[in-house]
Amino acid sequence: MTTIYLDNNATTPVAPEVLDEMIPFLRDLYGNPSSMHTFGGQLHRKIEEAREKVAALLNAHPEEIIFTSCGTESDNTALMSAVESLPRKKHVITTRVEHPAVLNFCRHLARKGCRVTYVPVNNLGQLDTDFLFRAVDDDTAVASIMHANNETGVLFPIAHIAEKLKERGVLFHTDAVQTAGKLRLDMKSLPADMLSLSGHKLHAPKGIGVLYVRRGTRFSPYVIGGHQEKGRRAGTENVASIIGLGKACELAAQFLQKEASYLKVLCDRLEGALLQACPDARINGDIENRLPNTTNMSFEFIEGEAILLRLNEFGICASSGSACTSGSLEPSHVLRAMGIPYTAVHGSVRFSLSRYNTEQEIDRVIEVMPGIVRELREFSPFGREKLACPPE
Amino acid sequence: MWEYTDKVKETFLKPKNVGEIPNADAVGEVGSIICGDALKLFLKIDKETGKILDAKFQTFGCASAIASSSALTEMVKGKTLDEALEISNQDIADFLGGLPDQKMHCSVMGREALEAAVANFRGEPLPQKDEGKQVCKCFDVSEEKIRKVAVENHLTTVEEITNFTKAGGGCGECVPQIELILRDLWSLKPPEKPTTPKRLTNLHRIALIQEIIESEIRPGLQADNGDVELIDIEGNKVTLALRGMCTGCMMSDITLKGIQQKLREMVGGDIVVEAYQ
Repeated sequence: MTTIYLDNNATTPVAPEVLDEMIPFLRDLYGNPSSMHTFGGQLHRKIEEAREKVAALLNAHPEEIIFTSCGTESDNTALMSAVESLPRKKHVITTRVEHPAVLNFCRHLARKGCRVTYVPVNNLGQLDTDFLFRAVDDDTAVASIMHANNETGVLFPIAHIAEKLKERGVLFHTDAVQTAGKLRLDMKSLPADMLSLSGHKLHAPKGIGVLYVRRGTRFSPYVIGGHQEKGRRAGTENVASIIGLGKACELAAQFLQKEASYLKVLCDRLEGALLQACPDARINGDIENRLPNTTNMSFEFIEGEAILLRLNEFGICASSGSACTSGSLEPSHVLRAMGIPYTAVHGSVRFSLSRYNTEQEIDRVIEVMPGIVRELREFSPFGREKLACPPE
Repeated sequence: MWEYTDKVKETFLKPKNVGEIPNADAVGEVGSIICGDALKLFLKIDKETGKILDAKFQTFGCASAIASSSALTEMVKGKTLDEALEISNQDIADFLGGLPDQKMHCSVMGREALEAAVANFRGEPLPQKDEGKQVCKCFDVSEEKIRKVAVENHLTTVEEITNFTKAGGGCGECVPQIELILRDLWSLKPPEKPTTPKRLTNLHRIALIQEIIESEIRPGLQADNGDVELIDIEGNKVTLALRGMCTGCMMSDITLKGIQQKLREMVGGDIVVEAYQ
């Protein structure tokens, strides 16, 4: 059975071109870039080339790129740096729908004595920006607002937010893990101070991330040790992965425009067909302002884990915001923050696509999904009256 | 991903006895769509013999909830009501070759649906919700249920209670309350460690040291063809002579330090071990 991988917001396959580029650095060129000898020292140049490619994707200066181990480290570093370099300010702003890398770090800061404001969203997942701007005061050190939500794909107006916060003198960090490589990011026009991205979300391997820090931003390192990354992030460079990320960013920049429209067509096709074929299905999130590759749908009266395991029987990989799949007993904090009814939260399924998905794969999902929904509905004690009655 | 047994997967993919029984003699309904799982159990019962002639279910929930429901219906068919009530949630889990710890609440839901159906048939009123104090607001779990499931399954930690009943798995506000319930429930059990060490008399102290050396220390050394002999005990000073392979062993200092550590742990922190010259 072939795998139909529609869980690209969780992780993506490494692009073959990326892997090819990495292999020599895993096999032969194993030196340490900090060494005095040519064997190791020559790698330094290679890392700088990769840094230039990452910077090009963001239209940033290479000096503003810090390599980290993952998106989570980038997020943690950004927040910690902001709080540490502004010791007199004790207020942090974020959203109720952030990734745990930001959300749980903010809770950690709250335990350390910071005041944290969590900005709410409406039932389309749109951010209450008025609430955000009202929350800013003289004590506010930093606001961390994600660019696109990983579960729903809903985009936040970070350009507008960054602009306003700049006027107020508040540091602004954005978690762009879901948008880097999918949407154009231009740090020359976007006045954000810090931005996180993660390699494995854009066809580079796991274990490599980036924190963009605008030149002139006060910065305090999180990982302390050697002089690597100009003293901003200690630890021997993950050379092969850095090279891989450089290549992945180059590919993303090349495909970006075409890919976005290709993915949107596939995604709309999937969504439209499932809405039509499955009664009591709905879309979660603002479809007007959304990543081109993500659709989050709810199938009422049935449970997400059951849907995923049935899809799994057909080799189809997706994810769900249901409680049973979250590892805890609480369903998705994102869908709950949006006020989606529990019945729909438990039956939510997220499909997230990449450039490697084909029309045939999408058609296969459209073919099997209605049967799965129908069968699980037959098991369910709910929604039966509704199914029996003609629609109003 | 959950580690489901093949039996769970197979039962989830092809569950038995799905559906409803028209004019069922007993219906048991537990859980809710808000909590994430719900089970409706239908029974056809022979009024003469009290035997369960047929059982069907409708379940909203994850793979293990559907598998547990299917297992329950398979297990109760042909049994009398009293026999059926002997089935514990552990029996349901065992029927499926086991459930992941965090999914045990699915088997508990099966057992509860059975109780509800039998009560429905016998015309017994279901225990009122407010009779047992509600502990977990997120999943509507009463103190009574926590106590019952804890006793039936020998649960001693909050984590286990959460796995079996979901209580404490939401906002976590009720966790201290669950701890209190568990402490109260198992308070009859003797505490595992005395909180304050008793003051030893000299005689007790000597006897205890002798016993530890005999039962804890010598067997280990003898296994390596070494040995130790207790020469004297004077206050907190214990004099030992290493014997056998331990004599002149380069590690003898370390061996003595190890013995001292052991004695400090088990007798008193002030013990000093010295080698017999």
